Amino acid sequence: MNDFIKKNKIVGRTVLVMIIFGVIFSTILEFVYTKANPIIIKSEAEAKERLLLQVISKDIYNNDLINSFIKIKPNKKLKNKEAIKGYIAKNNNKVTAVILETRAPDGYSGEIKILVGIDTKGYILGTRVVKHQETPGLGDYIDITKSDWINIFTYSSLENTKKLEWAVQKDQGKFDYVSGATITARAVVNAINESLNFFKENKLKMGIDV
Amino acid sequence: MFREAVIDGLWKQNPGTIQLLGLCPTLAITTSVVNGLSLGLATMFVMIIANSSISPIRKFVPDEVRVPIFILVIAALVTVVDLSIHAFAEPLYKALGIFIPLIVTNCIVLARVESFASKNPTLPSFYDGLFMGLGLCFVLIILGGMREFLGQGTLFSGFDLIFGQSLSGISINFFDQYSGFLLAILPPGAFLGLALLIALVNWIDQKN
Repeated sequence: MNDFIKKNKIVGRTVLVMIIFGVIFSTILEFVYTKANPIIIKSEAEAKERLLLQVISKDIYNNDLINSFIKIKPNKKLKNKEAIKGYIAKNNNKVTAVILETRAPDGYSGEIKILVGIDTKGYILGTRVVKHQETPGLGDYIDITKSDWINIFTYSSLENTKKLEWAVQKDQGKFDYVSGATITARAVVNAINESLNFFKENKLKMGIDV
Repeated sequence: MFREAVIDGLWKQNPGTIQLLGLCPTLAITTSVVNGLSLGLATMFVMIIANSSISPIRKFVPDEVRVPIFILVIAALVTVVDLSIHAFAEPLYKALGIFIPLIVTNCIVLARVESFASKNPTLPSFYDGLFMGLGLCFVLIILGGMREFLGQGTLFSGFDLIFGQSLSGISINFFDQYSGFLLAILPPGAFLGLALLIALVNWIDQKN
């Protein structure tokens, strides 16, 4: 009997100590979380807007861009697997540009995520690769921090660039590429072309009736 | 006591080159000086606080459950660091990503708590955390420097993104037309770089 009490005393003590530590540290975490979370949300929204501002310029809109979007269901053109947001830039309540997120599933190593800013007439205002895993030093020239290659798409549209021209020069297309990393460029060109196709088919939904 | 902590942490027991603990982040993140420095500082901070907060409570921690409790304390600290970096240094958070929460699983933190802080008074434990962290930080910076220099031909690039615009002049570009040495940036470069660093340390030790 004495042994039983002795054993249980140890168990009780360890349990008690663990509970005390758990309570103390979860309280600390709770406190830090409530302090940090609003700042995190704010800085994330700022980072997001900075990202969006890379593909359109600040002076063409005056609305709250982050909260002005349409939901885009998964589709074959943008290749999104979940619903994503298409941001709509408005100047005095008139749509001036849209920002679409498109994916190239056929990059050299995995998916490439690209933001495309398109004006109401279907011209590309800017494009940025926002996520990729292409080989460093080889395929990563699509990233604006490595080279300004991605800017060759600016002012392209379905009108001024014919269907067959939407390809890299190696495939008799219009767009330059870095030899040795053709697959990467091919995937990006394709994805951007598809985003324009998506825009053309869905521009009514985005409030553009030109 | 202070001298011992300095020599142990920076050289004789250096976590990066001698103890070889916590190699995963050491190898993964050191593609540039700024990445190495950032993760080094975050780890050092966690080590200092973990050591100096566990040492005063070591007598209240039952031996049977000391490891879960140490992990609990370390995990809480790392979460605080993670949240603070996310809130106040968004670019740094982007650069380090998953490796901040992974500091919890970094053996070096638990190893110092278990083998030092749980047996020693607070002040020596603080020194131990500080200099062990500093030692690791140095290794990360040197390894990052080696890989960045060979891989991109630059040093200190990206400091302005993380530590503020005022540092944008610090970046050094060594070559005008440098296509980069891919191997140094990819994971094998980390293994080779660390091996060279360890060899150097051993060579110096042998000479003395």
